[in-house]
Amino acid sequence: MLLELKHIYKNYFQDKIVIPVLKDINLKVDEGEYLAIMGPSGSGKTTLMNIIGCLDRPTEGEYILEGRSIVNYSENGLSDVRLNTLGFVFQSFNLLPKQTALDNVALPLSYAGIPPKKRREIAFKALQRVGLQDRVKFRPNQLSGGQQQRVAIARALVNNPKIILADEPTGALDSRSGVQVMRLFKELNKDGVTVIMITHDANIASHAKRVVKIFDGRISEDHDDSLNGNMEGEIAGGRLI
Amino acid sequence: MFENVRQSFQSVWAHKLRSFLTMLGIIIGIAAIIAIVSIINGTNKKIQENLIGSGTNSVYVRITESGDLNYDMAYGGIPKGFKVLDSDVRDQINEMDHVLDASLYVFREGSEDIFYNSTQLQNGTLVGGDSHYLHASGNIIYKGRNLVEDDFTNFRKVALIDSVASEGLFPAEDPIGKVLDIKGEIFTIVGVFQQAKEFAPEINSEEDYDTYVSGRSSQGVVLIPDVDWPMVAQFDEPQNVIALADSTDTMTDVGKSVASFLNEYMGIKDSANVKYRAEDLTKTAEKTQQLANSTNQQLIWIAGISLLVGGIGVMNIMLVSVTERTREIGLKKAIGARKNKILIQFLTEAAVLTSTGGILGTIAGVVAAEVWSKMEGARVAISYPSIVIAIVFSMIIGIVFGLLPAVKASNLDPIVALRHE
Repeated sequence: MLLELKHIYKNYFQDKIVIPVLKDINLKVDEGEYLAIMGPSGSGKTTLMNIIGCLDRPTEGEYILEGRSIVNYSENGLSDVRLNTLGFVFQSFNLLPKQTALDNVALPLSYAGIPPKKRREIAFKALQRVGLQDRVKFRPNQLSGGQQQRVAIARALVNNPKIILADEPTGALDSRSGVQVMRLFKELNKDGVTVIMITHDANIASHAKRVVKIFDGRISEDHDDSLNGNMEGEIAGGRLI
Repeated sequence: MFENVRQSFQSVWAHKLRSFLTMLGIIIGIAAIIAIVSIINGTNKKIQENLIGSGTNSVYVRITESGDLNYDMAYGGIPKGFKVLDSDVRDQINEMDHVLDASLYVFREGSEDIFYNSTQLQNGTLVGGDSHYLHASGNIIYKGRNLVEDDFTNFRKVALIDSVASEGLFPAEDPIGKVLDIKGEIFTIVGVFQQAKEFAPEINSEEDYDTYVSGRSSQGVVLIPDVDWPMVAQFDEPQNVIALADSTDTMTDVGKSVASFLNEYMGIKDSANVKYRAEDLTKTAEKTQQLANSTNQQLIWIAGISLLVGGIGVMNIMLVSVTERTREIGLKKAIGARKNKILIQFLTEAAVLTSTGGILGTIAGVVAAEVWSKMEGARVAISYPSIVIAIVFSMIIGIVFGLLPAVKASNLDPIVALRHE
């Protein structure tokens, strides 16, 4: 078991009115899974993603990551989890515009205290892995959208995370670049990285082995492709607990 | 840390105009302080040189009564316990640390017994000195010759007069070869001497004037060989000492050690009323320096206000920068940067900004001081410690005024920050 969410609730407060966003979410993810979280806007999928990504804390419930309960971690503790265990890919890439592809990829390594020369070596390998070894010195505005997203993926990969969290990774891309990015995720998953992706696009979600649908703050469907067809419902149902 | 600094420079360089305008307050403040301090320093150096030893570093150690009054032998006779010093005492003093030369001498101030024909030298000083007197007292021969060995061995009745006495007694004549009547004895003038370094103190106030005038000796000096002293004073007297120090800074120490050496040599107790005391010129110099400082220190306060305003400008621009870079901060936090990494990044940036301002301000200040000295002919002395202090201080301004924006940046919620447009 890589991560487990138990009875997760999340409420927002607006002018003393409680707005429940997540209601009793239970989710288990094993190492090496390729998971898509789907849902319409306002369903709570982004909030769920933030909680999985240790950017937000649940109002109630238990989050166990790599066997450790992390809901009570300090702010620095959560930073370290994000640094060492998680890799983020955003819809809008979020690259630093004034830095080269290589520097962007090397950024997380600086927070891990790796010396500059070593950083460049590791970052170069990560760029190689996403097929951008000939674009190292380019700045984001000199790269296409698809290339920028691949730089962002390289940045997410550079600390050898257990999990890559992707929030609408193809949302800002044309369909051809989108396909390239999805192929890259598939390769990474084949290499053993757990991929959790948020999308509202069923087409994109179909690349994932397992699709979790979320509606109105609850998991409405958990469908695992990788399992044998006739056992699907039973197992998937079990996961809902 | 080095990397942080490098990145901060990049970020400062990326907004050249903005950074420069932000720095301007710091630049002006630091420049003003450096310029003012340089001018104060220059004035002080000048006062010090003028008042202490007139640039010649001569220290006078005299037999004085309590209250630093010269002991008057003509009135009180030889004080108890004092005796005439041999020339080997002079040699011993000459061997002391920081002493370049030494002279033993006796003198009468306010002498009214010096005449050239019927012209009286008003309020003159009569000195009986050894062959080192002129050098040790910072004088040089202007005309004629110095005292030589033969003058002493043969008890020659020769005299040297200083330029003041020369002007008083011989306004239109050449004094060399003329004879002076000193207490009824006839002395032939063989030379005229003057201060080796002429100086004109800057007198800005009545107080300056008093300090200056009281530092000067008399209306003219007449020097005769010390061996001739009994002819005019009836007896040999215990001598006073002039020690020539190797620099202005060592004058006080030289004075103290010569005085205590002489008192010990004579067996005079510290508590004695009449004893050897070194003339304390630093005290008078300090008084004048303080006067100059106090006016200029007010200027430093005004420059300090400019630094405060500059610091607030830095804070303002850093707050703008934090807002502009909200997404960057959010991203960095999301990918695992701890809070203090963000804090240090922004503090470093503010410190780099203000330190650069401090360095530019220092350069501007030095240039301003030099230009001032060229224009006004005033002396300036760049003080290196003050440059270091100015740059360190400007760095501290950056850290102090960068703290609020940096804390704000480090406390940003990554979720909110990433959504920021």
